[in-house]
Amino acid sequence: MAIGPDDVRHIAALARLAVPESRIPELVSQLNDILSHMDALGRVDTSNVTAVAGAGDAAMPLRADLGPPIALEHPLASFAPQLRDGFFFVPRLATHEDSGDDELSE
Amino acid sequence: MADVDAGPNGLNCILWTDEARALADAAAVDALPQAGALAGIPFVAKDNIATTHLQTTCGSRILQGYVSPYEATVITRLRDAGAVLVGKTNCDEFAMGSSNENSAYGPVLNPIDRTRVPGGSSGGSAASVAAGIVRIALGSETGGSVRQPASYCGIVGVKPTYGRVSRFGLVAFASSLDQIGVFGTTVDDAALALEVIAGRDSRDATSADCPVDAYRNSRTNDLAGVVIGRPREYFPSSLDPRILRLCDEALDRLRARGATVRDVSLPHTDLAIPVYYIIAPAEASSNLARFDGVRYGLRIEAKGLREMYDSTRTLGFGPEVTRRILLGTYVLSAGYYDAYYRKAQQVRTLIAKDFRDVFDSGVHLLFTPTTPSTAFEFGAKSDPYEMYLNDIFTATANLAGVPAISVPIGDVDGLPAGGQLIARHFDEQMMFRGAYALEAERKAPA
Repeated sequence: MAIGPDDVRHIAALARLAVPESRIPELVSQLNDILSHMDALGRVDTSNVTAVAGAGDAAMPLRADLGPPIALEHPLASFAPQLRDGFFFVPRLATHEDSGDDELSE
Repeated sequence: MADVDAGPNGLNCILWTDEARALADAAAVDALPQAGALAGIPFVAKDNIATTHLQTTCGSRILQGYVSPYEATVITRLRDAGAVLVGKTNCDEFAMGSSNENSAYGPVLNPIDRTRVPGGSSGGSAASVAAGIVRIALGSETGGSVRQPASYCGIVGVKPTYGRVSRFGLVAFASSLDQIGVFGTTVDDAALALEVIAGRDSRDATSADCPVDAYRNSRTNDLAGVVIGRPREYFPSSLDPRILRLCDEALDRLRARGATVRDVSLPHTDLAIPVYYIIAPAEASSNLARFDGVRYGLRIEAKGLREMYDSTRTLGFGPEVTRRILLGTYVLSAGYYDAYYRKAQQVRTLIAKDFRDVFDSGVHLLFTPTTPSTAFEFGAKSDPYEMYLNDIFTATANLAGVPAISVPIGDVDGLPAGGQLIARHFDEQMMFRGAYALEAERKAPA
């Protein structure tokens, strides 16, 4: 399964990376070389083998979506320019500057 | 520390320090009525482990200036035992590399020979111990990033069982493989440090609720009744004969302590690198998606949100991280998932079964070389896959989740080589028993 320049452009877009055109040929070559070594896996019979997502014999542990309080070095309010009703206000993106007069957005 | 690391002749192994804070912490330890197990012992931690008064950049430009609001559990446990954090160490960017040449802050030099790499990705921690700056250091392992630099720098490096040590505060690279490990000048240093940091942590759901043994009690130097497996796949005909000779001598020393050595087979070993370099980049491409210019570190301003994401990530990540994100994105993408990622997970099952089968056959420990060569010169491996092959003897333990330790076994032309002992899940006690015996029997270097 050879990778071409359009594949690199596609996966770069998926990965939110603006890979310069000048680097595409080198990446095509390197990724194809790396993937050629992966072809060895295709020769292994895994028809009755379960795919595992983790290391060790223990099942992936699950817990309630809660956690103990984390000891923070600084108060929560110090992490963003502004905190309102428990929400962080962060700097606006330049593209949104014309949409309102508030320099922070929730 | 300043004498060894700073200036044009420095090793570049330590990135961030706060001398005043370290001295204050040391004074506070002095004032305690009762000394902890590591009272006053200085240590350093890899730059991907969260600390509240020193930066945590993962050796990356994208996190330059980032200071965590909370502390990793391993740092808290060492500090609670009286140890004093004196610095954060250089590493390959986001722990991706085997030579420390991928750091945004320049490479670390090997203190044994400054023309050579210290190994990676925890090269700064290994060099700090090898240079005598500290006796213990924290690193992280995903495919061998503690054991390989320990071997290259002539010190001891431990990768505990997956789940043995809390990863709360470790910046994630590949979550099914990552584990925090320790370096020590001796086996005893490493055993003591691991005893302190190991054990269940309610903040890390993957940390195991499994009793922590007193590893230092393994120092019997008696291996009567212990069966050590010599897996033939780790001794290929292409192995450097000088490393083969050191391994044979090490096995003789283990026999002299009462161990029985048996030839065994782990038949899927040669598939470990292809499996590892599918699973690790796939998980990395997901874990590193959070670095988008919004929540942490670097932000490159742009006209739109998408452009801001793209510009920040493109300028923030170095070439190896970019390559692995692309590789991981590809193997997870529609049409390729089953052929690559699912297949790799299935072969990982077979690799883990190899270990289970050999341990179930009555083998207590496996002995192998840690690396196929000694430390190489900077720039010697420009081909990415050739660099990946450095992990060939170490990545299997990460894939199977078993504990492993690298102990110096001798020198080749003045460069250190390591021998690796691998044990069953959560049997660090046996791993240290073998390591203590191996270390005790080693002849002092000429």
